[in-house]
Parts: sequence; structure tokens; C-alpha cells
Amino acid sequence: MTIRRSMLFIPGNNPGMLQNGGVFGADSVILDLEDAVAPTEKDAARRLVSMALIHADFGKSEKVVRINPLDCNGSVDIAAIVPCRPDAILLPKAQTAAEIRDVAAQIAAAEAEGQEPVKIIALIETPRGLANALEIAEAHPRVVGLALGAEDYTAGLGATRSKEGGEILTARMLLVNAASAAGIDVIDTPFTDAADDEGVAEDSVLARKLGFKGKLAINPRQVDVIHEAFSPSSKEIGWAERVIEALAQAEAQGSGVCSVDGKMVDAPIANRARRTLEVAKILGLKMGDK
Amino acid sequence: MINAIGREIPDAIDNYGAVKPFDGAFSTLPDMQRKAPAVKTIRPGQSKLINGLEEAFLRIPVKDGMTLSFHHHLRNGDAVVNEVLATAAKLGIKNLKVALSSVFPIHAPMVEHFKSGVVTGLDTNYMSGPVADAVSRGALAQPVILRSHGGRARAVECGQLKVDVAFIAAPAADKCGNLNGVSGPAACGSLGYAFPDAEYAEHVVAVTDHLEPYPLSPISIEQTRVDYVVKIDKIGDPKGIVSGTTRITKDPVQLKIADMAAKVIKAAGLIREGFSFQTGAGGASLAVAHYVRQMMKSADVTGSFVLGGITGHLVSMLEEGLFKKIIDVQGFDLDAVRSITSNPDHLEVSASFYANPYNLGCAVNQLDCVILGATEIDTDFNVNVVTGSNGVIMGGSGGHCDAAAGAGITIVVANLLRARLPIIMDRVLTATTPGETIDVLVTERGIAVNPRRAELRAQLEAAGLPVMDITELKAIAEKMAGVPKSIPLGDKVVAVVEYRDGTVLDVVRQVM
Repeated sequence: MTIRRSMLFIPGNNPGMLQNGGVFGADSVILDLEDAVAPTEKDAARRLVSMALIHADFGKSEKVVRINPLDCNGSVDIAAIVPCRPDAILLPKAQTAAEIRDVAAQIAAAEAEGQEPVKIIALIETPRGLANALEIAEAHPRVVGLALGAEDYTAGLGATRSKEGGEILTARMLLVNAASAAGIDVIDTPFTDAADDEGVAEDSVLARKLGFKGKLAINPRQVDVIHEAFSPSSKEIGWAERVIEALAQAEAQGSGVCSVDGKMVDAPIANRARRTLEVAKILGLKMGDK
Repeated sequence: MINAIGREIPDAIDNYGAVKPFDGAFSTLPDMQRKAPAVKTIRPGQSKLINGLEEAFLRIPVKDGMTLSFHHHLRNGDAVVNEVLATAAKLGIKNLKVALSSVFPIHAPMVEHFKSGVVTGLDTNYMSGPVADAVSRGALAQPVILRSHGGRARAVECGQLKVDVAFIAAPAADKCGNLNGVSGPAACGSLGYAFPDAEYAEHVVAVTDHLEPYPLSPISIEQTRVDYVVKIDKIGDPKGIVSGTTRITKDPVQLKIADMAAKVIKAAGLIREGFSFQTGAGGASLAVAHYVRQMMKSADVTGSFVLGGITGHLVSMLEEGLFKKIIDVQGFDLDAVRSITSNPDHLEVSASFYANPYNLGCAVNQLDCVILGATEIDTDFNVNVVTGSNGVIMGGSGGHCDAAAGAGITIVVANLLRARLPIIMDRVLTATTPGETIDVLVTERGIAVNPRRAELRAQLEAAGLPVMDITELKAIAEKMAGVPKSIPLGDKVVAVVEYRDGTVLDVVRQVM
């Protein structure tokens, strides 16, 4: 299981940031060729990101590259980037399943023999993309996640973006639903005020409650805050341990049902507990107080 | 000869004399008397107010070969040093030694005085800008003596730096020579670095642009030691007095380093009642204070004091009740000035109180922790804060080696790569703080702990911090950037780096 609590954007035209992209402990780094890079800098950034993928040490962070949309030289990006072995491509403004299949085919064509398959994460940031979210999620086995880009999305709606995010609640829930139905990750929109530490914390806690598995980050200082929100707490880990223990006991006694804290443990509860423990194990978190 | 940190230094240096090698941070003990100046008197009705610097020169009189001292609280806004030296040049005086606690770019006119022979000696704790450049290229025949803030106070008090005339820039003064730094147009806060000069110089001239009725209050430097009071138009430019480095950095790498340094402090168990610490103003240092502040708040503890160069950030920690006192030898911004003026828990202290190793207790000895920077650090943890990678002098110890020696835990924060260069090397170009006084190096890619502090390493590892050997960190840096070639330097010694006890840590050689 790949954990993507935080996915940190690194400008693809900034050598210093590319060199240091791995030091912030983000679960994923997104080397950005799209919005962070001016049109006149696109070619240089593509070269720079290619070299960074080959030579820079991103530590434990998953390496994701945000390419340009297909109608803005995205295919040139794929051809140049994929052979440099990123873990995944983040496709901006994803709108249709056909587009995803097109990208998947181009990735396959660009991959070297024996290369670990490059995954796709679809950035949903248009009303059409949101309407097609489930199809996009299920368009190809390479698709491992959906991410929300709320700035462009609300612009597309003609809605006003607010800190509280009432205008994107439906989009968030639809995206969580589509990704869950397809069994893939779902990543929340970034919190754009990098100076507001409390704001990003509150927004992350909300996103996790809504079902998101992680959050895009536009500044390294957001990473730790996001991790705190999306990591299982010791209380949650303790609960999960008790669930698994109760299940094991019930099984030993030949009973199919059990309860924890007065609540019946059914399959979804058991699955949630298992995922919590798996995440905790991957993150090396201390097991909780039962 | 080779000193205790393995630096090859001459036995004797022209125009410096015999070299006493560094022998360990606390190994060399004092064997001298304090050197008091001559006793003087003044009759009732006799005035100290005189008309201009020239009259002060003539009355004293200032002669060829004298040592004139200055403090640096007006930093890059200082006008006094330039005016005094211009006066000396006008009067045809030669061969002066300038003992200025720190030299800034604004002191560029001194380079001309080097050329004309007005100034032939320099004694300082820090220098940057054209003067440092000129010295590095061999502009002076005799080597500059680079001291620490505590070392300078020691040298003044113990007679190794004999001051003939102390020119004290005074933001506020009265006619009898009572001085403070808290009012007037050039208010700078504490006058701590001028205290030893005022006490030990043969002659003391207060230079002010703001006279208040007698008696001035508060009094930082007393009338009992002041010979003359000179009013000039302007002692300094407030824009240059307030340091430009007192905002918390936005650089994400430096914030990451600061965050890790704060976690080191926590893992070492220091976030507790009575915690005391010192941090500088620039780069990651101030950001460490920011993270420490959050930790202290969430742990609900009250610290005892903060020390050193004081910024608004530290003032607000005092005002929030996170610390009980500020011990202030130098203020960096107007918040520090406001606080020292109005808050009795904000203490003004002398350089000697702050950091002099040869008295019966300096404040750095009470520090739980200090956060310091470094230009280079070697695998023995020796730090260079004097020369840049091109060999040119671009700084100085200031309080670096003093606080490192005194503090319970000394943490150096630095980017593993500075521009394209690894900061860790086998041998720093110039050793300016001995490795035995450095405990932890925090970089963005990991933390190294001095092998002398095995128990501290265990604490940091237990807290899950990314601890590794300094050689491993060095290898990471070199994998990215390669190993820099050493730079060719001339033979001439342009500066002698003295440790706080007056022994020689290293020498700086002329750049080609």
C-alpha cells in the first residue's frame, strides 16, 4: 500500500527546490511542469525535472510529475518524463475516461523494457471531470488516485472560493465516493494560504473526516500539519487493535460476531481497523493504548 | 606549531608577537591583573561639553600610534567611526589602531585610512564588507586580531587590548557624560559592548546627537568615567541600526532545519521549567525561537531567560510570560529598544557579563542551549564563521565561541549545501570555534551529534530524529555536490583568530 497523506508540489523550474524536494518528508513529491512554470520556461523545466528524477535523491517520497494537459504539449512531457522512471504522472484537468486511456497508452509506449509501470493520478478540477469521476477512476488499471483541484473547479462553476469550503462540499463528497467505489486513493485540494498554519490543520482534519486519504500541499511547511491530520492517532490505533483482538477471540470461540465498545463489529468496521493498523505499521507509529 | 585542534600556526607572527596556542576550551587559566586606567578628577563647575571631535583630539591629545576604541551597536547605520577617523586624517595623525567591536560595510572609508597610514591596526570581533575585503587582500601590514565578544571584554579588562581613547556613540547623553542607548533619534537599546571600554580606556569621549537635561535617566554608562561630551549632527542612521535579518525566514529548507533543531531541544529534555536559551537573529536561528515558543506554550512551561542579541520575537516571548527575563547585550530592532526601556525584567548587561571567560561568572555559562550558525564545519565539529569558501573574511565569531563554550547544549544549524558547496569538510578553512564546544549539527538531511555527547545522541535517537555520523552527512553532501577543491592562499597572515581566552585558534592568510 502506498500512503499518500501529503503530496507536495515542487516547482519544476527551481533547481534548489528540486534538489531539496526530498527533505520535507512528504509522502509524495509532485514535480510540477504545469501551473508553476511559465510558458516560456516549459522546455527548460522538462529537462530539469528529467535530470532531477535521474540524479536527485527524493528519499522515501513517491516521485510524481504533474505534466501539462494533453492539449498543451502533455504528450511531449510524457515522452520525456516517463523514461526517467517517475512513480506516477499527475494529469491535470482530467475530464474523460478516453483521455485517461490515451495517457495510459502514451505512458506504455514511453516506458523502457522492464520498467516499473508508471501510475496515473487524475487531477479533477473541472465540472465535467467531476461529473465523470467514476469513469475516470475506472478507466485504466494504472489509475491509483483522484485528486481535487478546487481553485479551477470553483472558477468553472462561477462560485466563490471560501476558506470554509461550503462551495466544494459536493465536489469533495462526489470525488470521495467515486474513488471509494473504484477502490483507489482520493486526495484533497490544497489549502492555498501557506502562512495560515491553523487553517491548513483545520482543513486537513475536515478532509480526513470526509474520507480523503491525503491532501495536496503547496508549501513544505504544510507537510507536518497534514501528516498529523491524516495519521492514525494512538486512540484510533488502540481501537483498531481491540477490534482485531475481539475478532480473533470470536473466531476462536467459533462465533462470527463480536462487539467493541458496545458496537457490533461488521465487515466495514473490521476493514477500517485493518487499514488503520496497516497504515500505522507503515508509518512506524507506536501501537496505542488498548 | 600545532595547537590542540590540530591547526598549524606560526610560533610568532610579525607585528603580533609570540603565539600562545589554543590548548582546550577551559585549559588556559588567567595569570594577570586587571589593568586599570589612571585616576583622574574634575573640579566643580568644570565643563565636559566641547565643540566637536577635533577639540577632543587636541585636548586629550590623540597622538600617532594610539588605540581608539568603538562599539558597534549602531551597526550598519554608524556614523561615529567614520567621523572620528576623518578627524584623525585631517589632523595628520598616523599609525592608529582601531578597536571596533564589529566592522560593517558602512565603515568602507576605513580602507582609505589604511592606504594613507592613518589606520595601521584593527582589532575586532566581526567584519564584513569592503574593510574585510581589503584586509583579506593584505591591505594592512600588521595582522588584524579577531576576537570573540567575550574575548574582547577580557582583553580590554586584562590589558591585552589597551585602549587609549574610547569614542562611545551615545544615542542619549547629558552634559556630564551619563549615557544610554534608549532615547534620541539613533536609539539602539543596550550599550553592553561599550561598557568595558568605558571602564578601562585611558580617555572616554561620549559622542552624541541627543543631549538631555542633567541627569539623564536611565543611565547605562556613568559620568564618572567620561572625559568629554561631544555633540555632532548625527551619530547614526536608524535604518542601518535596525538589523534587516530579524524576520523569520520563509525559506522552506531553513524552516525545516529550524523545526528539527527545536525537536532536538525537546528531545534533550530542555523544554522544562527554567529553560534558558540564546539564538541569533538571522537565517534559521530566529525560526528556531518560533518553534520553541510553540513547544513551550503547548508544554505550559516558563523559561528563566533568553540571552544575546535581542529581537522583537524574543521580546514578545518575554511579554507572553514564556520567559521571565531577557539578558540583553545588544538589541536588533525597535521592539528590543522599547522593551529594554520599559520592562524591568529586560536587563542591560556588559559584554563582560555576557561572555568574558576571565571573570567570576558570565551569562553564557547559565545557558541550557544556544543555536548558532556556521559557514563551514569539519568532521571534528570545528566551525568556521570567519572566512567564506573563497578565503575572504566575511564575518567573525561575535559571541559564537563564547556561547558555544558556555551553553549546556550547542546546536549548529546550517544548510548541508550552501549554494553548490557542502558545508561539512575534513578541515575547515579557518577554525574559529573549537569542535569540543559544539554538540549537535542540524541540517536539512540529518543530524550529527559530537561523539563526546553519546548520551545526547541516544536521546535524539530515542525521539526518532534522523541522527547519523557527521561523516555520513558529509558523504550525502559530497554525493550531490562533489568535493570542493581547496583554494590557494598566500603566506602572509592577515588575521589572527584568538579564542576567548586569548590563545590562538588559527590564522587567516591572504587571498591571492
